[in-house]
Amino acid sequence: MGYLSTMTVAPFVAALLIMLVPSNRPWLTRLIALGASLVSFAISLVVLAGYSWQAGGFQFRETYQWLPQFGVQVLLGVDGISVPMVFLNAIVLLTGTIVTFKIADRPKEFYALFLVSVAGVFGVFCSVDLFVLFLTYDIAGLPMYILIVAWGSTRKEYAAMKLAMMHVAGSLFVWVGMLAIYVQAGSKSFDLEFLAAQAQVLFPPAFQQIFFPVIFIGFGFLAAMWPLHTWSPDGHGAAPTAVSMVAAGVLMKLGAYGIIRVAVWLLPVGAQFWSPFFVTLGTIGAVYGGVMALAQRDFKFVIANSSVSHMGYVIVGIATLSLAGMNGAILQMFSHGVMTALFFAMVGALYDQTHTREVGMFGGLARTMPWFTGFFVIAALASLGLPGLSGFVAELLIFLGAFQTYPVVGFLCIATVALAATYMLRMVARAFFGPINPQWTHLRDLLPAEWIAGVLLVATLVVVGVYPAPFLDMINASAAPVIERVGGVR
Amino acid sequence: MPSFDTATLPYGLLAPQWILTALIFACLTVDLIVGPRGHRAVGWVAVLGTAVAAGAQASLWGTRGTFAGVLRIDEYSALFNLIFMVGGIGVLLLSFDYAERFLGQPAEFYAFVIAGILGMGLMAQAQELLTAYIALELLSFSSYILVSYARTNLKSNEAGLKYVILGSFSSAILLYGVSLLYGAIGSTMFTDIHAALSGAGASSATVIVGLVMLTAGLGFKLAAVPFHLYSPDVYEGAPTPVTAFLSVASKAAAFALTMRLVVIGLWPVRGQLSDAFAVLAILTMTLGNVVALRQSNIKRLMAYSSIAQAGYALAAIAAFFAAGDIPTEASRGVILQLVGYMFTTLAAFGGIIAFQVANNGRERIADLAGLSRRSPFAAFALTSALFSLAGMPIFSGFVTKLFLFTPVAKANMLWMVAIAIVNSTVSLFYYLQVINQMYGKAPAGLVAINAAEAEAAAHAAHAHEAGHGDDHVGAHGAAHGAHDSGAHPEPVAPWAVRGHTDGMPTELRYPLDRLSIETRVGILVALAGMFLIGLYPSPIVDLAQGASVALFTR
Repeated sequence: MGYLSTMTVAPFVAALLIMLVPSNRPWLTRLIALGASLVSFAISLVVLAGYSWQAGGFQFRETYQWLPQFGVQVLLGVDGISVPMVFLNAIVLLTGTIVTFKIADRPKEFYALFLVSVAGVFGVFCSVDLFVLFLTYDIAGLPMYILIVAWGSTRKEYAAMKLAMMHVAGSLFVWVGMLAIYVQAGSKSFDLEFLAAQAQVLFPPAFQQIFFPVIFIGFGFLAAMWPLHTWSPDGHGAAPTAVSMVAAGVLMKLGAYGIIRVAVWLLPVGAQFWSPFFVTLGTIGAVYGGVMALAQRDFKFVIANSSVSHMGYVIVGIATLSLAGMNGAILQMFSHGVMTALFFAMVGALYDQTHTREVGMFGGLARTMPWFTGFFVIAALASLGLPGLSGFVAELLIFLGAFQTYPVVGFLCIATVALAATYMLRMVARAFFGPINPQWTHLRDLLPAEWIAGVLLVATLVVVGVYPAPFLDMINASAAPVIERVGGVR
Repeated sequence: MPSFDTATLPYGLLAPQWILTALIFACLTVDLIVGPRGHRAVGWVAVLGTAVAAGAQASLWGTRGTFAGVLRIDEYSALFNLIFMVGGIGVLLLSFDYAERFLGQPAEFYAFVIAGILGMGLMAQAQELLTAYIALELLSFSSYILVSYARTNLKSNEAGLKYVILGSFSSAILLYGVSLLYGAIGSTMFTDIHAALSGAGASSATVIVGLVMLTAGLGFKLAAVPFHLYSPDVYEGAPTPVTAFLSVASKAAAFALTMRLVVIGLWPVRGQLSDAFAVLAILTMTLGNVVALRQSNIKRLMAYSSIAQAGYALAAIAAFFAAGDIPTEASRGVILQLVGYMFTTLAAFGGIIAFQVANNGRERIADLAGLSRRSPFAAFALTSALFSLAGMPIFSGFVTKLFLFTPVAKANMLWMVAIAIVNSTVSLFYYLQVINQMYGKAPAGLVAINAAEAEAAAHAAHAHEAGHGDDHVGAHGAAHGAHDSGAHPEPVAPWAVRGHTDGMPTELRYPLDRLSIETRVGILVALAGMFLIGLYPSPIVDLAQGASVALFTR
């Protein structure tokens, strides 16, 4: 077993072990989950530190046979695009596990499903085989339905069904696109590197123009690309805390990652052809999410709509096909993941005590819950792109890419930042400052578990925000070849 | 009719079938010895005997031969026999509790299950129409009795009656088709039919009517739309293990016979057959899935879902007639689908049976509410099975559908694959609603206790825990260790007392269902098979490949 397979399989094995634990031993369940997430987290740190961007390409390679009858192998490897994603997933796994310690309802089933989903996410980010990527992509989304109906709140059945059906609808597109690529390439291999190297020979322009949008749209469902984003506010609103953290923090990135890794990488001619179309969709998403967030009164719905807006930036960054935009999009995926995980962890800490998330019900929380307020405000500032936090660098790069290619889009995106400042600051001012609502004077501050999760996530935001160079070097090393293939702006 | 000398027949090739035959009588004899109280002993005799037969069958792998010209023994028939035996063992294991609770005289029940397995095995071996018919009737007669086995249950009786009347009707049609073919061709051997159809005989009206009737009779056994109408009623009324038996094995046997007949006997008319199967496939999968959307009874839901799954397999049979390697790949796909479906359905019915035994035989989907709390294992089995039926990865359904649909796509029927995938997506919708009942809803009779009571309960639990030193330390290690540096003054972790899951009070009391060891073993076998195919399919793919090559070795 190499690093990547251990990291991917650890949560899965933990899920199996947890199912064998008798249900009157919830602490053992928690211990196993914590152990697995620590293992994965530690390995993700090793990968982060050990990846050499000077060398570039896929590193930490592993190969296993799986379905020789179909030419499917388990090829593992990470490049500069997936290393930040792997680290993001590991930190969301660890913090999600920690903040869920308090769960008392069926912890066994919860942790088993949660870990299976996260293992699937690792699989997507580490896979260099298209088939395994698709397989793990489905595994990641599969447990979400049960996690939401069993432990969720607000309109959970509707939201869970919507998420599941939209995820599967997206998979359907991806599945069709994947089979088309496989058959077009001679039904021999799903190896992404092989397919990418042969792309010019194997995939004629007409083929690329047909299947690029199919795959882009398929992954676009999970990336919450407008108008396929509608599962996202409902899903995040209904999901329990740790699941919101994973769904918004990581699952949406699976979609964007698939777009980069499969659609743009394998079908560069299609990417050039469709670039204006998807830039338009991304821009609409960014503006639309921002406007919708202005109208929300529930913490989770504000954050969820702001996520749609931020994922709109990511789509714009990718679709401009400029190096700055691509680098920014990847960094934005990372930073938005960390920031949203922080948001949802904090909202969960509040909701567990109050059973309401209506922003207008609160006031002056800063005095009773100082830590909570501090973490939440940092997340809000990262969300509106304050310099010094990771969101700033990412958004700056995306806007730069947009100005280089579609200046109008650049202006619209910057206008959206003003929207973000409005809804975030208004929410913070309303709930945390101003007069105390006497109904909530008894609230306690964060539990130790929540505090630890908050510190981890805030530290990541600050470190990457203050010193993004190593991250950007790594991302740039792998994004540049992709952009070069497309012939985009460098 | 082939002529043969009874002295020189290769009796050894049928060793597994002799064992099964002996086992039928052994069950009845053991019943006489142990009496009605000892029905579990009879059940275990049946299970172990079938396992021995399966072992014998496995040891014959790779042996080929014919028995008196009418039975053909090769990897194809061997693999199907193994499917029926393993499926039969699963059904038997799942019957123990159910039979004890709802059926009188279970010993004969086990004996008839084995008679059914024998009949199915012979169907997979037959290469002559009358033999096939007799094997099919052996299965049908056992099924009629099994369906109406709950003698005091009105629904079971109704189902039995419907099954007998419609079943004999379809048998009559089948037999009429056989006699017409015999009249026109002068033989009932598959190979002779092949020869006759290759010549000028193919276009005679007698032959065409005969073939249509034959197809209709087999369509009834496959429960293909429009011959499916009996199946939801029968599935609903039959005792649940019998429902499992019908959908697991009986359908697979019908496929085994159909594929053999098509490949050996009817190959010359493959063009027409391909169209016919394509139409049947689309009708079957679409109607099965659409009607399943509106079901409120879990057994009826499984009946329609089973119809839909048969539709997917029929689609691959439609691809049998393309050129090159595609036929072999398609039949490999069908065989894999049947193997995967057997394990999956066993797991599903395992969950349903465990639920019914503990809940007075209830069968509405709404009755499953909160099953994950009352019986986590049964809920897990049923959930996994439903995901597998919807074709989700890590479960067998994903892999088997991959192998099933790829040859269809290669045979230039991409539109068929598209229809099937849309159907799969529709099916996920109704499967998820069942899962929602089990995980999302509170069980009936659930008592939520208020905060004060919860506190008291937690303190009581804590006091109890303190008695076990290790547990005590461990609990706090897990709860506090990572983040509290041990400075918490309270002996009880606060979240253990006031736990909430986003709004739902979580200190809930509910009665736990009890599962017997046999049920657990049955479900575990099914789950193991399902996950094996889902995660590491290569060995089973190789077996199916061998069977499929044998099928096409004419």
